[in-house]
Order: sequence, then structure tokens, then C-alpha cells
Amino acid sequence: VNALFEKYQNEIERVLAKYPPEQKRAAVMPLLYLAQSDRGYVTRLDLIEIGEILEISSTDVGSIVGFYTLYHDHPGGAHRIQVCNDLACALRGADEFLDQLCENLGIQVGETTGDGVVTVEAVMCLAACDKAPMFQVQDTQGIRYFENQTVESALALVQAWREGTPEPAGVVISPSVSDSKVEEVPAEIQAEHAAEEPVEVGSQPTGDDLPEANGEQNFEQKDADE
Amino acid sequence: MSEMILLRHREIPEIKNLAVYRQHGGFEAFKKAVVTLQPQQVVNEVKASGLRGRGGAGFPTGLKWSFIDKNNWPHYVVANADESEPGTFKDREIMEQNPYQFLEGVMICAYAVQANAAYVYLRGEFWQLAEELDQAIAELEKVGLLGDNIFGTGYVLRVYTHLGAGAYICGEETALLESLEGKLGQPRLRPPFPPSYGLFGKPTIVNNVETLANVPLIIEKGAAWYTTIGTERSPGPKIFSLCGNVNKPGNYELPLGTTFRELIFEHGGGIPGRRKVKAIMPAGASSALIVATEEALDTPMDYENVQKVGSTLGSASVIVIDDSVNIDWVINKTLHFFKHESCGKCTPCREGTYWMMHISDRISGGDAALEDLELLDDVAHNIQGKCLCALGEFSTMAVVSGIERFKSDFELKVLDGASQSQTAPEAEPVAAD
Repeated sequence: VNALFEKYQNEIERVLAKYPPEQKRAAVMPLLYLAQSDRGYVTRLDLIEIGEILEISSTDVGSIVGFYTLYHDHPGGAHRIQVCNDLACALRGADEFLDQLCENLGIQVGETTGDGVVTVEAVMCLAACDKAPMFQVQDTQGIRYFENQTVESALALVQAWREGTPEPAGVVISPSVSDSKVEEVPAEIQAEHAAEEPVEVGSQPTGDDLPEANGEQNFEQKDADE
Repeated sequence: MSEMILLRHREIPEIKNLAVYRQHGGFEAFKKAVVTLQPQQVVNEVKASGLRGRGGAGFPTGLKWSFIDKNNWPHYVVANADESEPGTFKDREIMEQNPYQFLEGVMICAYAVQANAAYVYLRGEFWQLAEELDQAIAELEKVGLLGDNIFGTGYVLRVYTHLGAGAYICGEETALLESLEGKLGQPRLRPPFPPSYGLFGKPTIVNNVETLANVPLIIEKGAAWYTTIGTERSPGPKIFSLCGNVNKPGNYELPLGTTFRELIFEHGGGIPGRRKVKAIMPAGASSALIVATEEALDTPMDYENVQKVGSTLGSASVIVIDDSVNIDWVINKTLHFFKHESCGKCTPCREGTYWMMHISDRISGGDAALEDLELLDDVAHNIQGKCLCALGEFSTMAVVSGIERFKSDFELKVLDGASQSQTAPEAEPVAAD
């Protein structure tokens, strides 16, 4: 039918087989991923070709690209580092992590490095709240998680991309309780704390005791899909 | 709990391997159901177990299954694996580590409602997980547990994965169905509910991953066994996702009715730096903030008791907030989330989250007046009860409870800002984007 279909005929037929024949439209999201795997974003031609395959208008296909954050309609860096700095991650230092990562790369959130290797974006919850700071990497290979990160480990990843060496391992499979990076209090003190030290009722903050995460600059992020 | 029911991989590390899962009784429940039970008997057993939906709403699972419209065919089962609530990360662990128990739950559910096709709708970020599930499904087809003539009974069942692409709203079941149909993830007007009008307009059961993972053991060991765990009105085990200001964040499988204190201090190792717990969000970013009094800490975490302390259990994603954190900052974070994730369909949510976020930004930036607190509260109340789905409601929970229960945090910020702007008007210009 068209170039996209010719290139990915087997994959497209496998995707279409998942849905009732009269419900072809259900394949629009998998097909967009397929198209995006070529260069990291979808083109106008992709929209038209997917529309032809699924017998829907290219405008309908485009609306899906606009609605969902994981589709991109313009080029970014070869790899997108998408840092979660939602509430739970921010309580574990994600805002500072994001700021420092950007500072080290010499870019603002939402921007791409001069060599086109990496775009850093702030995104919403990635369901890894216990392993923050964390991010996912989205590129033509798909999406993968990097958890319990430091600025150094993230920069090492970028370095590996720049040098074309293998990526450091990213995912800490989540079978168990992760060790917290925060100050460990010995178990006996914890127990004593739990038993004896009453928690102040509705304790109020001191105001000047706020985490640095409180600064407005942390919200200068661009939405990943804007 | 001495023995894991859901996070069984912590005791049987290789359980993600099909042979190991089967050695430990895997797919015996599915076989028992398909070979020896009528679909209605399976529904009745799940009903009798008292299992309630683990995705947040807590709706009785067996009852939902019994609503499937038997005059309209085909039927579908959809597993909601869109896990996107800030603070929730339990379904991911189940699917990564104990995938066959989850899939067996999907398959038993499909048999119970006589569906021949089931879809697992995963959030797009679970890309690698979807590939692993595809492999697991292929294994099941290879050994005949999925396919055309299961156990020689003629029962036909196929399971497919489907990836979303980054939209919190798709965790709402009707938005999920729209998304699965290849449309924008926007909620439908209900009723009709999915058991009568669901995927492709056909009767559909949508259940959360954790809910489904409970099912094989209910069928294997019986409803009577299941009700011995948890409380009378909230039976069974629950995975509590614990995160925030806590020493040992992670998933904890505990009976429903475990107290906040036990979760946070015994299992979670307490608060870093021996700080005090200030607030608890028991249902992730969409929960009302609980003031962490002694009494609140001793509250059993089940559907009824968490409501008594002014919040909801939801999916049991417990975010702990210590006394170094200002609640106005917490609210600001949740509002940035909900503003981003509003699907845009209902005006009160689309516009309301936008305005709430901007008012909150003013408060956080020290650029607000005390009246802005009332305005924020007012906008929140004008969203409540006016949206098609719960997201609109969710966006207001932390706002309303935060202002009500931690008002001085906001006032402090406002007054702080006012005094700073008098003394140093150009101290810190806002960085241009």
C-alpha cells in the first residue's frame, strides 16, 4: 500500500491480528510506535500512511500524537532522558537531580545538547517512586528505565552514548525493598523512636527549614509534550 | 504475614519462569476452573471471597463480574496495567516478577465471564515489561494453556498486550477503553458501565493487575481461606507502595487493616534523620492529606477506616511527608501533575486545574495575597462533582485538605512573600524559560 506498510509489513500484520478486523483503528498506537522507531519522531507522511493503513484520516492519527506524551512530532536529541520530578520523586531529591544534570550538560529542561545526543525532559510519574532519582530513556530503541541514579551515573550514560560504548546497566529490577540513600538510623533507635517519641500533632513547618526543592525555578519545566 | 500471596517471587525467586510457577501449583486454579467449574461458580467464589478492586475504587470484584451482559457478545476482559498514580508502583513489580500469577488471574476472569480475548493495557513506559509479557504469553500458547482448545474443553482464549503512550487518564477504565480502541484517552459518560458497554461497545470487565493476581489463590484455596486474611469488610492481602520521606521505601504485602504506624516504622524503617511525620497521603497524589497524629498513625489501613480519618485508601500508595516539608509545595507538585494530566474533556477540570496551578505557583513564588488561598479553595470546590471521571475530583483532594488542615503553611508562604517583596523587591527575578 505505502512505504510504511512495505517496510514493516510483518510487524503491522502481527499488530492488526490482535484486534477484530472491523476495529483496525485500535492499531493506531502500536503503528505510531513503529513509525517513530525510525527516527525518534513521527512525520506528516507517517500520519498519512498510518491513516491509509487503518482507513482513518491523518488528522485522527495526528490527534493521537498530540494527546499522548510518548509520541513526538519534531526531532529531539538521539536519546531523550525523561526525569520524573513528581511529588514522590521530588521528596527523594529529583528536582535537585534534574537541575544538576541540566547544569552539567549545559542545557535547560526541555533542551537538546549541542551535539544532538541528548534531550532532557521533566515528565510525570513513572511508577518507580521508591527508586528516585530515576528517569527513562526514550530513543529509537524504545523505552528503558534507569533507577536509583546520581548525576554521575547519568553523566556516565551520556558519555557512553557520546563515545559509542555500551550503556551502563540501568534498571534495578524491583523485587525487593530498595535501600534508601538517606541517612540510616540504626534499627534499635528506630524502634525506640517509633515506640516512645510521639509525633507532633499537626506539626507546622518552620518556614526557613524548607528543602531547596521549594524554589520556583523547579517549576520552570516544560511539559514533555509541549 | 508469614507467607506471600501476591509478591511470591520474594520467597520463590524463579517464579517468573513458567516451569517454576507450575511446580508451585501454577495454573492448577485455571485448570480447576475450566475443567471442573461452571463460569457462574467461578464468579460466585470470587464474590464470596469479598475481594475488592485494588486499583483504587475498592469495588467488589465478583459483583462486577456478575454484571456482565449475557445478551450481548463477544465479551472482553481488560487488565488495567496503566499504573500511573504518583506513589504507586506495585503492579509493575507483580508483572515483572510474578507475571504468570497475574496472567492466570486474567485467564480465570476471562473464563468466568466467557471471554475469548483479553487485553493487558500497559502504560507506554512499561515498554520492556510488555515485551516480557509477550514472551510469557507466547510460552503459554506453546504449552496449550492459551489457544483454541484449552484442556481439551474447546474453550478458546487469547491474551494480548497493548501499550498506552503516557496519559494518567487512561487508568480511568472508560478512558482506557477509548485508548485501546485507538482514540484519545477521554472518559465516557457512565452509565452504561463497561460490563454492559465496554471495549468495542461489547460487555467488558476491566480489573486492576493486583486484583487479578489475587484470583488464582482464591480459586485454588477457596473463598473461606481468603476471608481469614485482612478485615471482615476488606478481606485479603494488599500491596502497600510506600515512598516519600521514609528510610526503606518499597512495596510491602500486608493484610488490609495494618496500621500506618506498622507500615511506616516497622517495615519502612521510620523517617530519615529521625524527623517527625507531618502528613500522609494514603492514595498517592490524589488523596486528601492526613494530619499524622498519634491516632491517625494507629489507623488500620482498610477501605473504611482510612475514610474515617478523612482520606481514602485508593490503591494504597502511601506517600510519607516529614516536618521539613511545606504543604504548599506538596500541593503545588500535585497541581502541576493534574494540570498536565487533565484530558481536557470536562471544562471544570481542564480550566480548574490550570487556574489552581497558577494560583499555587503564585503562593509558592511568594507572590500571592491571603485572598488567593480562598480563591484556590473556591476553584477546587467548583471542580468537585462536575466532571465525568474521578480525575477532576482527585485534583482537588490535596488542595482542599491541605488548605483546611495545614493552613498556616500557606499563610506563612504568603506572608513571607509579602514581607520579602517589601524589603527586596528585585531580589530574585524569575528565570525566563
